[in-house]
Amino acid sequence: MAETLVKKIISSRTGKEVRTGEIVIMPVDRAFCQDGTGPLSIDGINKLGIGLKNPVNCYFFIDHAVPPPRAELANAHKKIRDFASSSKANCIMRGVCHQIMVEDFSSPYEVIVGADSHTPTSGALGAFAAGFGSTDVAAAMLSGSVWLKVPESLGIEIKGELNKGVAAKDVIIDIIGKIGADGATYKVMEFFGEGLKNLPMDGRFTISNMTIEAGAKTGIFPADEIVREYLKSRGREGDFRELPASVASAYENMISEDMRKIVPMVSCPHQVDNVSPASELGDVKVDVVLIGTCTNGRFSDYEAAYEILKKAKSLKTTLIIAPASNTVLKRLAESEMFRKFVDLGASIIPPGCGPCCGVHAGILADGATALSTANRNFKGRMGNPESFVYLASPMTAAATAVTGRISDPREFL
Amino acid sequence: MIKGKIHMFGDGVSTDLICPGRYYHLRGDLPELAKHALEDADKDFVKNMKQGDIVAAGENFGCGSSREHAAIVIKLAGASCVIAKQFARIFFRNCINIGLPAIEIDTSGFESGDETEVDLKSGIVKNLTKGIERRFPQLPEKMIAILNAGGLVNYIKENSGL
Repeated sequence: MAETLVKKIISSRTGKEVRTGEIVIMPVDRAFCQDGTGPLSIDGINKLGIGLKNPVNCYFFIDHAVPPPRAELANAHKKIRDFASSSKANCIMRGVCHQIMVEDFSSPYEVIVGADSHTPTSGALGAFAAGFGSTDVAAAMLSGSVWLKVPESLGIEIKGELNKGVAAKDVIIDIIGKIGADGATYKVMEFFGEGLKNLPMDGRFTISNMTIEAGAKTGIFPADEIVREYLKSRGREGDFRELPASVASAYENMISEDMRKIVPMVSCPHQVDNVSPASELGDVKVDVVLIGTCTNGRFSDYEAAYEILKKAKSLKTTLIIAPASNTVLKRLAESEMFRKFVDLGASIIPPGCGPCCGVHAGILADGATALSTANRNFKGRMGNPESFVYLASPMTAAATAVTGRISDPREFL
Repeated sequence: MIKGKIHMFGDGVSTDLICPGRYYHLRGDLPELAKHALEDADKDFVKNMKQGDIVAAGENFGCGSSREHAAIVIKLAGASCVIAKQFARIFFRNCINIGLPAIEIDTSGFESGDETEVDLKSGIVKNLTKGIERRFPQLPEKMIAILNAGGLVNYIKENSGL
């Protein structure tokens, strides 16, 4: 019988066949937290008073409040730096944790636990990568293992290819709209099908990043030639190991997603599964556009937005550019896009999570509306419960910045 | 036996409503952070809570972020237990890991103020005000052991590992 990807990974790592629902103790390859969750992990570790099992595979990211906007947060950063230094773990401040993980560390078949809910981003590389709380991650850092229930999988068959003006972001918003914000709770979303060859790595990262928005434990893509090429581009071809795609018969539940039929989609306030085609929204005035974050702050996302922004003389909204990592920022700075974004009056902020999670660098005013390429639009998400957040692709975001109203990008291409 | 008054919430209550991002800087001061627990879902929640009360909700309670602070502020606000039709996965684990029982059970018909008992051992929730009695399947052994230890940190201490 065909096996799900998650069972393939668990079996390969525990050395035994596993059943759905069984509780297993998994070896952990990489454990990480960030500046919002790290201090609690450190408290847990200190309470137990034992050393990290394998500090070289423990990562403390500083990304949510960079540079720190308040003394309390600067102090949290200091606590993290001091702990990482004394425990010989990694302390990293050069972008959003999930982007750094995929650029430099995560590999197929690995078991990755992160104290951040968007940890599934690494699942695009064929890893088992799931979000946990601070204490679970502390335990993983100390013991080198984590307990989990072998999950059921929801198969998602990807067919066809995207039309012009449509992005991977539209695919995942469409899927979440279909299955709901709890449509994959406790399950793994696994992707397969002939359409995967038309989904480049950056698009897969966007999709796996948002699987948590359907409640999933994680999202896993097969590790195929596209993954191999990506790892090679990062100087890590040696980390590649094929994780062959599964097939429909492996899944008790599955859905099919024909990318040819997808149009630009928007998640409306205040739930990610409250979706609508951009063209059917009517007149929605927007004050702030955010292009970036770990969902859509990669180089190809800016290239897609630039296709629309390069023709603009001015913008009708505030534009915030939040690259996912220093690597992305550097490439952006070396491209013609950077000057254009600055000329258009964009705020290019340090790689990090600030505006997405309402910490700093893009808090919304009372009654303000944002269109963001991030992954969440819960009430209060961007720092103010009196504001409204819509989610969409970088192209929809760019078109919206030009018109000041939520706009279908296909009219601009 | 857990006994307390119900504080009822609806479906899809996110961790952004439970523990808003605008109080991010208070994460190093948990008692202060807890003063804002669930503030954006019910501004009087903390004021109305009594030690031992029960937080109840509909579907997908705790969806969103992995912030363990969301479970912690509910506990610090005085909750002895959280019951919901369904929990988001990370939030559920976080509750168990900090020693806050989280029970999946049909909460329809429950309203704020209802006197309710939760018996973790026999798996029964009794809403004494409404005369509703519902059963829930026992939690996995591992989770009960973690709850009994008062959370994952103590559990690891007592068992020298997972």
